[in-house]
Amino acid sequence: MEQIRQLLDSILSSVRDLLPIVLVVTFFQLVVIQQPFPDLSRMITGGLLVVLGLALFVRGLQQALFPLGECIANAFARKGNLFWLLVFAFALGFGTTIAEPALTAVAGEAARIAAADGHIEDMPGALASYALGLRITVAVAVGFAILTGVYRIVKGWPIQYLIIGGYIGVVIMTAFAPPEIIGIAYDSGGVTTSTVTVPLVTALGIGLAESIRGRTTLIDGFGLIAFASLTPIIFVMAYGMII
Amino acid sequence: MELLAHMLRTGLSTITDVLPIATIIFGFQLLVLREKIPNLKSVLVGFVYVLAGLTLFLVGLEEALFPLGKVMAQQLTEPAFISKAAHISGQALQWSDYTWVYLFAAAIGFSTTIAEPALIAVAIKASQVSGGTISVWGLRVSVAIGVAVGIALGTFRIITGTPLHYYIIAGYIIVLIQTVFAPRMIIALAYDSGGVTTSTVTVPLVAALGVGLASTIPGRSPLLDGFGLIAFASLFPIMSVIGYAQLGEWWFRRQQRVKSQDNKDSNR
Repeated sequence: MEQIRQLLDSILSSVRDLLPIVLVVTFFQLVVIQQPFPDLSRMITGGLLVVLGLALFVRGLQQALFPLGECIANAFARKGNLFWLLVFAFALGFGTTIAEPALTAVAGEAARIAAADGHIEDMPGALASYALGLRITVAVAVGFAILTGVYRIVKGWPIQYLIIGGYIGVVIMTAFAPPEIIGIAYDSGGVTTSTVTVPLVTALGIGLAESIRGRTTLIDGFGLIAFASLTPIIFVMAYGMII
Repeated sequence: MELLAHMLRTGLSTITDVLPIATIIFGFQLLVLREKIPNLKSVLVGFVYVLAGLTLFLVGLEEALFPLGKVMAQQLTEPAFISKAAHISGQALQWSDYTWVYLFAAAIGFSTTIAEPALIAVAIKASQVSGGTISVWGLRVSVAIGVAVGIALGTFRIITGTPLHYYIIAGYIIVLIQTVFAPRMIIALAYDSGGVTTSTVTVPLVAALGVGLASTIPGRSPLLDGFGLIAFASLFPIMSVIGYAQLGEWWFRRQQRVKSQDNKDSNR
């Protein structure tokens, strides 16, 4: 009984989460574009899947991803082994990014731009190696980001100096980077953080801030994602300048 | 039948997506930390929920929302539609004729951000950690407003053809100034919310809008100008979240002032 109520609750809140999209799409389709919905039954099936999927995901989040991230953070803090913590941070950032489908798509697109621009040869081999190089660059950037972010939590450095320093770096590099890489570089900061990584990394940061004495969870625990969206911009621009 | 095949394909790619993460975590757990995970069974069941949930979520989006949203983005950016909506014909289009495009950009940015699972996760955590001071919906709505403004401004940039980095650099300067005056506890969270806004739901639709616009406006290349919308969507939430905290603080101070005023009045 209790379980059924919980399930209904989470399905209801998923419906609430998705209601804005339904309203926006319906309004623009019927009022602005003035066309009926194509294939309404398919839309309804899809909508039901989305609701169910979101409800399950949020459930799994609380049951698996949050506890797991916190448990690892606690274990590392107890062991007090900074070296392995940093290795773990880098591996997590690199490993989750290299396989990211959104990144693969952006890298392929970027290779086509570079080829159209005469920057690299317009041959399948050259395109593939450019795209792979870009993916590795972004993955190293994210690994480095999580590593730096974790080190910051351990040391208790204020985040704003690091992030603003990074932004200043971005601004300076923008002036020197080839124009065609800039849009891609800025966008690659946004595509790196996937739906599974974000909750895990957030829980890791908060767990660390909780278990290290003298850290405040709200001030020190957040911020890992911010690093992960900043460093790829810098690294990708550097890649564009070197290649 | 086709739906089933789609589900299998998406499920498989979700598993390949999660596999490296699971390998790293369980590898470190076994080899370096050498500790048992508490409630292992419940965690594993939760992992299955995450996998199944993400799969259904993605399949549903691809079945229902993405095809329609992409067609809509194309139709709204067609020059014929825009001339008709702006009641002009035969003249070159001005940036001010694109009202529906800006409105669509803002509305789709707002609504997809509300549905973004990663943002839900961060909002739940932030509310837990702050003891409810930062409410789940307060954070989500302020991030969504940031994304809405960002994407609308991003479409304006594509239409007018102004360079991307002017906007981004101006945005960074505003963030810098806001950071100096912001309550300290919000800063890290605000920076984080820039990164979580753009994933599963938002990116495909926003990318379709950018490419649609860039390919219909003369003189824009979809390859060069189609990019950059995501960058707007990750910059503006930082401003709106800091703004949300500043508003909250201002409100709190005002309440206190009113309260102390009341106390004085009643003491009299």
